[in-house]
Amino acid sequence: MRKPIIEFNDFSFQYYSQQEPTLHHINVTLYEGEKVLIVGPSGSGKSTLANCLNGLIPFAYKGEITGSLKIHGKETKDQDIFTLSKMVGTVLQDSDGQFVGLSVGEDIAFSLENDNVPVDQMKQRVKKISQMVDMDNHLMNSPFELSGGQKQRVSLAGVMVDDVGILLFDEPLANLDPATGKTAIELIDEIQKQSNKTIVIIEHRLEDVLHRHVDRILVVNDGRIIMDGTPNEVLASNILVEQGIREPLYVTALKYAQVPIEEKMHPEHIDTIDISGYEPKVQNWFHSVEKPVKQQDEKVILDIQNLSFSYDGVRPILKDVSFQVHEGEMLSIVGRNGAGKSTLSKILVGFEKEDSGHILVDGVDIANKTIKERAEIIGIVMQNPNQMISKTMIYDEIALGLVIRGVEKDEIERRVDHIMKICGLAPFKNWPISALSYGQKKRVTIAAILVLNPKILILDEPTAGQDYHHYSEIMEFLRSLNEQGQTIIMITHDMHLMLEYTPRTVVISDGEKIANDSSAKILTNHEVIEKANLKETSLYHLAHLANIDEADEFVQRFIDYEKEVKAHEN
Amino acid sequence: MKIKLFSYNQLDTFVHHLSGLTKLVCFLLLTTTVMLTYDVRIIIGVMVISFVLFKVSKITFKQVKMMMIYVFIFLITNFILTYIFSPQEGVKIYGTYHEVFTIAGPYVVTQEQMLYQFTKFMKYFSVIPLGIIFILTTNPSEFASSLNHIKVNYKACTAISLTLRYFPDVQRDYHTISLAQQARGLDLSKKEKLMTRLKNILMILVPLIFSTLDRIEMISNAMDLRGFGKHKTRTWYSYRKLGRNDYLAMAFCLAVFIGSLLVAVYINHSKFWNPFI
Repeated sequence: MRKPIIEFNDFSFQYYSQQEPTLHHINVTLYEGEKVLIVGPSGSGKSTLANCLNGLIPFAYKGEITGSLKIHGKETKDQDIFTLSKMVGTVLQDSDGQFVGLSVGEDIAFSLENDNVPVDQMKQRVKKISQMVDMDNHLMNSPFELSGGQKQRVSLAGVMVDDVGILLFDEPLANLDPATGKTAIELIDEIQKQSNKTIVIIEHRLEDVLHRHVDRILVVNDGRIIMDGTPNEVLASNILVEQGIREPLYVTALKYAQVPIEEKMHPEHIDTIDISGYEPKVQNWFHSVEKPVKQQDEKVILDIQNLSFSYDGVRPILKDVSFQVHEGEMLSIVGRNGAGKSTLSKILVGFEKEDSGHILVDGVDIANKTIKERAEIIGIVMQNPNQMISKTMIYDEIALGLVIRGVEKDEIERRVDHIMKICGLAPFKNWPISALSYGQKKRVTIAAILVLNPKILILDEPTAGQDYHHYSEIMEFLRSLNEQGQTIIMITHDMHLMLEYTPRTVVISDGEKIANDSSAKILTNHEVIEKANLKETSLYHLAHLANIDEADEFVQRFIDYEKEVKAHEN
Repeated sequence: MKIKLFSYNQLDTFVHHLSGLTKLVCFLLLTTTVMLTYDVRIIIGVMVISFVLFKVSKITFKQVKMMMIYVFIFLITNFILTYIFSPQEGVKIYGTYHEVFTIAGPYVVTQEQMLYQFTKFMKYFSVIPLGIIFILTTNPSEFASSLNHIKVNYKACTAISLTLRYFPDVQRDYHTISLAQQARGLDLSKKEKLMTRLKNILMILVPLIFSTLDRIEMISNAMDLRGFGKHKTRTWYSYRKLGRNDYLAMAFCLAVFIGSLLVAVYINHSKFWNPFI
């Protein structure tokens, strides 16, 4: 008999600050040693659900609870956040922000410190736990010296040190590159196998989590659990598409090929799925997709020649990087964290000065232009919109760059109106920024840059941390800008993004350009994938399953087909 | 990197290995010594000590260059203003009058005034390196644990160490935001009028404050979830017991302190050293 460990019974929750309950009549039981994935679009209530488990609700975020939530048979609202933190360990989304200590060892020890554990015992325990997550050689390192994946390991160790029975992961993949994300999922799986802990993962990157076996998936939307089933059941249903959650790419491709997805095919993983009998269908679909007419090469707008850079004169960050961008192109620059891709964008906009090499825009060297002058040629949009917004009104924020440049009032109004229309912000002309959603704020920051008419627009991780709905919204918007002729460069490690939206990708690894090719070819090229911490797309394997030899062509046709589908939707 | 310049760095030196508490006690003893005395010999003595410590703790001039420049501007201004407002202070203190040369009117340069102002200058000049050494060589968490051990409330101690922990992050945010705003055309350089510059800096502060508030919410949640504030006391991973060197260092500084008091009482018979009589 399985032992129930988390029991929701007709559980509802309403924040005091909200008019409506966020969670409605939740009824679900999780059992000891189970591994459960909770998926749902932003605002579906999945984070609220998680906060109920770890005690932030109702102890840090106040609100009204009806019904019952028991952990280990005890009602949570009658306990306190400290007792709950001994049962449920939470790894938060931003591993940077939750790094409390000044060194790895200290951070892992934080919870022991609060429990008055004597120093020598504490050190032993930290040593042991850090070995489990393979961080025992970094105990003295400061958070600045760690990669995203390492920081996450430290966060994990920091909650495991308490020997909690339940581990709760809040969007563990949000800030990791594809390969590191894969390793993180493997690590979670290993820990569960070793220790029989109950694991709850909240994540909208379904395909990446399903890299390792998951017992159950809970689909959440509008504060309700809409489906509770095994991965095979969930994938065989149509519920993900209905709820705006992205299916694994191979499932989407099979659906395009009119292959019915059934539970008995084991669709939970590309290695387990059985499509025997359906190969001809996939092949037929593959041959039926029309190749779009190849566009002629446009004129070169940005020409980067032999760019080298180093912060300290010792360790090179960029080594002799050269490539070209054509007018009206949409291009991805990818590479693992710290590969030099962000530095490259900083050099382009003049935040840093190259050691050697040239940057030509429309054939003119921009070496002597200041940051302000370059902004009119190359605009950059930062990852976090909160880091860019400095006005309270939308109109003022977008107009800021023009006001500073002393443009006449009528002219400003004309240009801002025009940009607001392009960016779909026209209805909000007199709104305060605080009334906007994250995606809309992002649009405002893009509009504020576009108003200066830059020839090239650079976006740093435009969709980081966004669910599929917002991701599509932002990306479709960028695509529409691109179709109007705007040249766009995106710095990303989102493989879906590069695959679906940018025909060409430049790959940077250890400061060197290692590839410059079509995105479909790059995501099927083993060597490049390995070096740049990317992950092979599952479409590649699907092509093999369906006995199609031209895997990269298969990937390319999938993208072309999907683009058509999306264009019809809009 | 730029960001790490003015913050704690872990190095393998005698000073770094002392406990945070020891360093605080020594810092207070030596600064009090300098503040109480006007005997330039003692002050120079402390200054020599502080410069030796500066070398020992492997702090490079580059790390503290900006800070030093500000200090110098302050000291020189102070030096000039002291003379303008009170050109005969030295004569009053020492009770003698040795003229060197006259500038104009009451502005006569005397040996007494020169000694007085030199002493005052040296007072600041010897203390500042001590402050820098303290900040740059003390691990904030270890310092917090030391403070907690002398019965300072641990929440206050953690607040101190967290401030130091997040200072570089906020600094980095500031840097990013300021670049983003400059790209939109904000001019923060000296080319712009002072008022406009102040207004422009405000436009960086607004996003900085908002992103810092986000950060605070996140960190306080993370701390709650890991049991911070559960008990009346807590232990510290980075706590170090006081060693032999700690006691030696404190004893040495205490000796300097008592020595200077003895000099004032038995030799100078005042806080001033008077070579003129």
